[in-house]
Amino acid sequence: MTKRVLTVDDSKTMLQMLQFALKQGGYEVIQGENGQEGLDLLDKHDVDVIISDINMPVMDGITFIKELRKQPKNKAIPVLILTTESSQAKKAEGRAAGATGWIVKPFDPAKLLEVIRKVSP
Amino acid sequence: MDDLQQFKQTFFQECEELLGDLEGHLMALQHGEGDSNTLNAVFRAIHSIKGGAGAFGFDRLVAFAHIFETVLDLMRDGRLQPEPDSVALVLHCADILSDLVRAAQSDSELPLQHEEEGRKALIALAATIGVNADPHAADDELAALDAELAAQAASVAPPEPAAEPEAPKAALLKYLVKFAPRDALYQRANEPLILIRELRQLGGFLAKADASTIPPLDQLKPEAAYIRWEFEIETDRGEQAIWDVFEFVTDDCDLEVTCLNPPAQAAAAPAAVTPAAAPAATPAIETPKPAAAANPAPKSPPVAAPMQQQAAPQQAVPQAAGAAGAGPAGAGAAGGEAAKAVRSIRVDLDRVDKLVNMVGELVITHAMIAQQTEHLHADQHPELANGLAELSHHIRDLQESVMAMRAQPVKSVFARLPRLVRELATLTNKKIRLEMSGENTEIDKTVIEQLGDPLTHMIRNSADHGIESPEDRMAAGKPAEGLIHVSADQRGGRIVIEISDDGRGINREKVMKKAIEKKLVSADAVLSNEEIDNLIFLPGFSTADQVSNISGRGVGMDVVRQNIQALGGRVHIQSRPGHGSSFILTLPLTLAVLDGMVLKVGVQSYILPLANIVESLRPEGDQINVVANASQLLRIRGEYVPLVYLHRIFKVPGGIDDPTKALVIIVEMEDGSKMGLVVDEIIGQQQVVIKSLEENFDPIRGVGAATILGNGRVSLILDVAGIKYIAEHETHRPAAIALQGGKAQPGIALAAS
Repeated sequence: MTKRVLTVDDSKTMLQMLQFALKQGGYEVIQGENGQEGLDLLDKHDVDVIISDINMPVMDGITFIKELRKQPKNKAIPVLILTTESSQAKKAEGRAAGATGWIVKPFDPAKLLEVIRKVSP
Repeated sequence: MDDLQQFKQTFFQECEELLGDLEGHLMALQHGEGDSNTLNAVFRAIHSIKGGAGAFGFDRLVAFAHIFETVLDLMRDGRLQPEPDSVALVLHCADILSDLVRAAQSDSELPLQHEEEGRKALIALAATIGVNADPHAADDELAALDAELAAQAASVAPPEPAAEPEAPKAALLKYLVKFAPRDALYQRANEPLILIRELRQLGGFLAKADASTIPPLDQLKPEAAYIRWEFEIETDRGEQAIWDVFEFVTDDCDLEVTCLNPPAQAAAAPAAVTPAAAPAATPAIETPKPAAAANPAPKSPPVAAPMQQQAAPQQAVPQAAGAAGAGPAGAGAAGGEAAKAVRSIRVDLDRVDKLVNMVGELVITHAMIAQQTEHLHADQHPELANGLAELSHHIRDLQESVMAMRAQPVKSVFARLPRLVRELATLTNKKIRLEMSGENTEIDKTVIEQLGDPLTHMIRNSADHGIESPEDRMAAGKPAEGLIHVSADQRGGRIVIEISDDGRGINREKVMKKAIEKKLVSADAVLSNEEIDNLIFLPGFSTADQVSNISGRGVGMDVVRQNIQALGGRVHIQSRPGHGSSFILTLPLTLAVLDGMVLKVGVQSYILPLANIVESLRPEGDQINVVANASQLLRIRGEYVPLVYLHRIFKVPGGIDDPTKALVIIVEMEDGSKMGLVVDEIIGQQQVVIKSLEENFDPIRGVGAATILGNGRVSLILDVAGIKYIAEHETHRPAAIALQGGKAQPGIALAAS
């Protein structure tokens, strides 16, 4: 079964690059531009992995993760946050919200797939 | 286009949008209307640009954006107050950033000091509250980033799954790893099974699970962590590789890694076991009893999550390498195309243009069929008639939809204006506020692209000549800050863009004096105020006593008018002395079709753009006055309009020479002057598809383009300005007379009576 990744980012460039890399890795990709769109998509689709930006309009990534973790069906979905900073503060904030891991931007497509394999068998 | 180029293109498009939005937010900040949302939005824009720039290795952009972002972060946290000075700095830095973006886009290098001043000011600002925004620390980050990018540039294209990183060949060492997950690890959806599989990839591997802490079923909390593990790993990848596996969970577990045979003692070991042999079978490590893991203390089998955890070591040990390798990468061959949440797609402009063209052909074909079937009686062929009517309807809809695809909001052009106005204000030592409205009005993309220069020039003109110095404004009882308002609006089939200022207005005396000096009008000409104002659009006109370094860049308002006319638009100015001026620009919605009137002149038919037509009439004999030099003037409601015979202009045989038997179409020029075109008859109004002649012909004066009529014949689309030129030069009339056709002039009126 093809695995499905939900990518959430307000940057179209980032969404496009993620999609490119993920498709190379054989994943199916669905995209949202902010946390709210992400939640809406989760209502409609089952996904295997979520990749989300932190800074987004409407609903930021931290709120998005907190919200999605509230629903039982989303508890076990690995969530990776995208961060430009390798700063511990950002990672900690994401982890406190329930993020599984992180991807530091800019990412190398191969590295991205490697990170996903680290959280999703 | 390769993928990297495509990403870059998306990135720059996005930057364009972000910078445009940024301008809006910055304006709000500047006017003190910004709130925390505004600062957040500004921060996000910079952050997104930085993120994308990093991916493409635009290091200077990244470095500058990083400091900028740091300061903005302090502002949105409330640690730095958005005071006028700091807001001004933010505005300035936004300009620098957009310069850096443009430089990156055009692949050009800006001088290094371009951002230096802004950079230092940002660092200084952050330093006032004791924050070090200077990323000396981030230099390492950047260097690391460089290395990563170099790798990435090479690896964007190849579709192979993640290549195993080339780890330095370290000695083959044996490690003991103690791993005890805490509840939080599971709550964050981490999965020990995956970690264990990954560990096994490192080399010789032995796992022991301690399930002794699993409580009886009735006390079992499904989301709690009970099992702990011990692994013995023999690897040549070094201790760091082990820590890397646990990268995401180090805070959510108790983790201990100890080397069982540190290098000093193990010096001989690598020689004994060849690295190649080690991972495949695990001969060096004694295989333990798997039962240890499979035999949990309590009798009742654990359920749900713990079940999986318990199973992990069992699976991990016996399964040979390959499980991980055949993971997602292998499953992906099918490639998922379904369920994409896309609300817009980017389409190559050529494709849209092709579509526009084809729809144009369709319009022509339809007109042809309609004409062929005209003689058939509708009641004899009701279905044909209905079908044709419906087809016409659909084609119209199709055409509108296709045209809409080329339309873009004027926002993209307007977005550049705030910066322009800021710079102009600085240069002229004036205070100028810019207001904009109607940014979402849509116009054809080509028009948008061509609009930037004329718009810039008009704004320069307003800032330089219109708005007064703060002192003069105060003296005149106006607020010190001048206002330039730019608006866009769709009215009828055209777009109207208005640039108004509340400055001093046009100094008509000065304009008139200059025009006479330059022999643009005769000394005794009497012009209406509006006509005087619009003299500034005449070629060779410039009111600035000295060419200032702002408005006078070698182009005058005549060039602006030419540019606008080339787009099928018109521009004129309205002015109230002491109260300000407005440039009013009207533009067609599209360049592909035109509403035209089909005219018959002798054996020829021509298309006259509807936009030029004021009225048509068949004059009475006493309305025609012949002036001394044999030109004819038509008197209409007290105005005198020169008559121009189209058949004479184009030397078409068989045209009607007597205007009382022909038709006169009054057309209006861009400058407001009028001309009466004498034609045989009007055939009808028609929407025509514009076919450019430029590809195959040199410019032909009097002819703008061509089209194909319903009967399949080519018809030329007239350009009234060109016709006026021909008429003037044929009859050797001085330009000044023809210029102001709007009102009678004493000189002409005398001759006429």
